[in-house]
Amino acid sequence: MSTATTDKRAKLVTQQDRRRQEVRLGWMLAGPAFVVMLLVTAYPIAQAVYDSLFSLRLTAPDERDFVGLQNYLTVFSSTDVFWRAMLVTILITVLAVAVQLVIGFALALLMHRAIVQLRGSLRTAILVPYGIITVVSAFAWYYMFDINSGFVNRWFSWVPGISEEMDWFAETWSALAVIIASEIWKNTPFIALLLLAGLAQVSDDLLEAAKVDGANWWQQLTRVVIPNMKAAIMVAVLFRTLDSFRIFDNVFIMTNGDAGTEVLSLLAYRQSIMRLEIGLGSAVSVIMFVCVVLIAVVAVKGFKVNLAEGTGSNAGQKKETK
Amino acid sequence: MTEPRRIPTKLALRGAGAASAAMLLLTGCGADEGTPVLTWYINPDDGGQRVIAEQCTEEADGEYEIRTSLLPADAPSQREQLARRLAAGDSSLDIMSLDPVFVPEFAEPDFLAPVPDDVAERTTEDTLEGSLQSATWDDEIVSVPFWANTQLLWYRESVAEEAGLDMDGEVTWDDIMQAAESTDTYLGVHGVRGESISVWINALVESQGESILEDPQAPAEDVETTLDSEAGQQAAEVFSTIGEEGLGGPGISSMDEEQAMRLFQGDNGSFMVNWPFIWAATNAGVEEGTLDQEVLDDIAWTQYPQMEEGTASAPPLGGINLGVGADSEHPELAYDAVECIVSPERQTEYFLTNGNPPSSEAAFDDPSIAEEFPMADDIRESIDNGAPRPQTPFYNEISETLQDQFSPLSGVDPETTPGTADEHIGEVLRGERLL
Repeated sequence: MSTATTDKRAKLVTQQDRRRQEVRLGWMLAGPAFVVMLLVTAYPIAQAVYDSLFSLRLTAPDERDFVGLQNYLTVFSSTDVFWRAMLVTILITVLAVAVQLVIGFALALLMHRAIVQLRGSLRTAILVPYGIITVVSAFAWYYMFDINSGFVNRWFSWVPGISEEMDWFAETWSALAVIIASEIWKNTPFIALLLLAGLAQVSDDLLEAAKVDGANWWQQLTRVVIPNMKAAIMVAVLFRTLDSFRIFDNVFIMTNGDAGTEVLSLLAYRQSIMRLEIGLGSAVSVIMFVCVVLIAVVAVKGFKVNLAEGTGSNAGQKKETK
Repeated sequence: MTEPRRIPTKLALRGAGAASAAMLLLTGCGADEGTPVLTWYINPDDGGQRVIAEQCTEEADGEYEIRTSLLPADAPSQREQLARRLAAGDSSLDIMSLDPVFVPEFAEPDFLAPVPDDVAERTTEDTLEGSLQSATWDDEIVSVPFWANTQLLWYRESVAEEAGLDMDGEVTWDDIMQAAESTDTYLGVHGVRGESISVWINALVESQGESILEDPQAPAEDVETTLDSEAGQQAAEVFSTIGEEGLGGPGISSMDEEQAMRLFQGDNGSFMVNWPFIWAATNAGVEEGTLDQEVLDDIAWTQYPQMEEGTASAPPLGGINLGVGADSEHPELAYDAVECIVSPERQTEYFLTNGNPPSSEAAFDDPSIAEEFPMADDIRESIDNGAPRPQTPFYNEISETLQDQFSPLSGVDPETTPGTADEHIGEVLRGERLL
């Protein structure tokens, strides 16, 4: 009896030792990268926060004044600029992510179910837009809809509301529609890929059990498949939301913020880079940073997104526990 | 089996060759060590500035060597890059090709090395009035005019005839707007949100003898614009009429100088305000066969349209001035080089080869200019009558707000837009509002 307990205890101690060693090894492996990350991200963030408390213009370096939170007040009180940009950013984010999720899910199902011979080429084909540089895809979409060189007006002039003389980038709604469409086209493959990983996690046993119980296709999808890949869906939504919220390239190239399409990152760019108002620009950047952190915190804490699970590693864990 | 073995020998031979070449290069460098290198940041052109750099290097006979470095394509991006480098104390900014509107912004914080009196005197002896104004800040010459630019009114003779417009007399904005409407053609104007909006509105206000900015020297918090005036409202009226009645065609909100030229060359072209580059570009189009000779034959030009009949217009002014960076290691040499670059002969040559008009009066006298540019006299007159855009360190903010308020053209309300623009410019410069 006692030998058995000591054996057990010894086993436990070695297990704990091992775990401790693994943790140490983990730190040694990831530590340098962690330090570099701190240097290249924490330092600029701290600098931006510090700069945002000053009235500082690059071309008037001698007139640097400490103004406290004045820059933030200016930003928040510019209703027709800041809050409008915030609204446009949220609108683009919500619409783009929602549509991407639906189309991405459909594509993931298609890839999952595709005949084995087709699977490889299908995945490659679906991934092509994601492999294109955002600036290039933005230019492609811009030239497609451009009133002078675009073919969309000519091809689709039979559609009510579209004429050969339609300038897509002159009105807010049409410009936003093109911007959102280009976002969707470019990033749906990313969601599809993440969701495909999620689909692979859904155990076939569960599906078979559901079939035996007489569940139809829709019931299988909503009762079995989706609940079992919730983690993957949440990770995909979180990643895309964070990315979409920081949208810059598409808007910069297609409208440069004209026709009421200004977004937050463009606003920060306009203040810091174009106006050279470092203080005001830093304030906008800091606000954007806080928004991004909030989105991440709400997703991770509020919706309990487990980043490690979403990437498909829990499939491995399940096997281990078995 | 023998193949792979052969490659290393070849490589070794090549390596030895490269090493001896490197030795030669090194010794070559050694001989040149004493020659200071001046970097000239140039705006994109047809290669003319590079040629001038080579010529002046040769002329300097070992005293200095000018190397060019290319800036971004548009003026605001050029300003962004130069401002960042100047603020960081970059010593490689020996000579800079500056858009005149940004000269005060760089001169105010002493980013530019002072122009020696003798250089200022020699290089501005016969500079055209408009161009000279743009080189000055706080009553001092702070940059050296290199070339000047201005807009003319270009028109299709056939359209003017059809509309019954006498183009030899005085032509007003109302005339050309009516002519475009009656002939069902489009005006070539610049409706895209960009610097060209500010260029345009400034010219319209200045053509009525008024200025957008009352006191250009005022500090940021005291800057006041005067758009909410009779002159400002008249200018807004032109914008609004063209926008509301679609006189600029369906693509007006993306129409820049290039697009306006293409519209003008097309079937619906009628009148266009634009820089002289369009002459060289249209000629090139005919030579390449993309345009008919008939189009070129149909094109004529006159002075920028007037706002009120009988009051001479104040056409837009542009061009490039040369500045020397305050942190340059060789400011004296840089100014020697600047003198070489802006000599009247080089300005003439630059006009002939690159189509950019001189800022020096004497440079226009060369007989070859009249041959190549039949409108050279009109250009000279236009530069002399031209009014620069507001000369203030805060030009960028003023211009951005104007662009924001006066585009799209159809959204301009002559009653309210000028007042809102004044208000916003004040708030932006006092730091009470984002741009």
